[in-house]
Amino acid sequence: MSKWVIRNHIRKLRFHQDEMTQQHLAEKVGVTRQTIVAIEKGNYSPSLELAFRIARVFNLSVEEVFYVDIVEP
Amino acid sequence: MSYQEKRSLVSLVGTLLISVLYGVFIYQRYPTGSPETSEVFKFWGAALLLFVPVQVVFKVILYVLLNVLNTIATREEEPEIADEMDRLIELKSVRNFCYVFMIGFFLAVGAPVVDLEPSVMFLILLITFVVCGAVLDISAFYFYRKGI
Repeated sequence: MSKWVIRNHIRKLRFHQDEMTQQHLAEKVGVTRQTIVAIEKGNYSPSLELAFRIARVFNLSVEEVFYVDIVEP
Repeated sequence: MSYQEKRSLVSLVGTLLISVLYGVFIYQRYPTGSPETSEVFKFWGAALLLFVPVQVVFKVILYVLLNVLNTIATREEEPEIADEMDRLIELKSVRNFCYVFMIGFFLAVGAPVVDLEPSVMFLILLITFVVCGAVLDISAFYFYRKGI
C-alpha cells in the first residue's frame, strides 16, 4: 500500500509575505515556532484546525498550502 | 537544538544523575545483618516514597537553571504555550512510559512468586521508576527531533 506524506508550501508562502518569520507565523496561529519548523520540514502533520488557521494567514485554501505526496513502497 | 529538545535532555540527565545519587544514598542506609522482613518493607517503602519528591525538587531546580542559562545564551524565552504538537508528543512519551512501567511492575510482583527476597521486588520497582523516567525523556527527545 502506498504511503501518503503531507507536504506544504509554507516556506515559499512566508517568503512571499515579506519574509514572514516562523516566529511571527507561529504567533498568528497560536503554536510554538518549533511546531512551524516541524511542519515545514514535513516532520509533523498539523491538525485540520491548525491547517485552516495557517491557510487563513495566507488568505488561501488548505489545498493551496498543503498537498499530498504519494510515496510508493 | 530547540528549547524542547534541550529540556528533554536536561530531564534525562537529571533523572540519571539523581537516580545514581539516590542509589548510593539508599545503599549506605540499607539495614545490615539479617533484618526482619517488616524492617525491610519499612525501609523500601520509605525509600520509594522519598524518591518521588526528591526527584521532583531536583528536576525543578534543573529546569530553573536551564531556563536561566538558555535565556542568557540564546536570548530566547521559554515557550509559554504547549501546543497540539507538544501535547501529542507528551501523550506518546507517556504511552511508552506506561508500557515500560507495566513490564517493570509485573517483573517486580513476579519476584516473590519465584521465591526471591522481598528486597528484590522493591529494587526492581525502583529500577523501573528510573528506566521509565529515562524512556519518557528519550521518547520526547526522539519525537521532537524526528517528528511525529
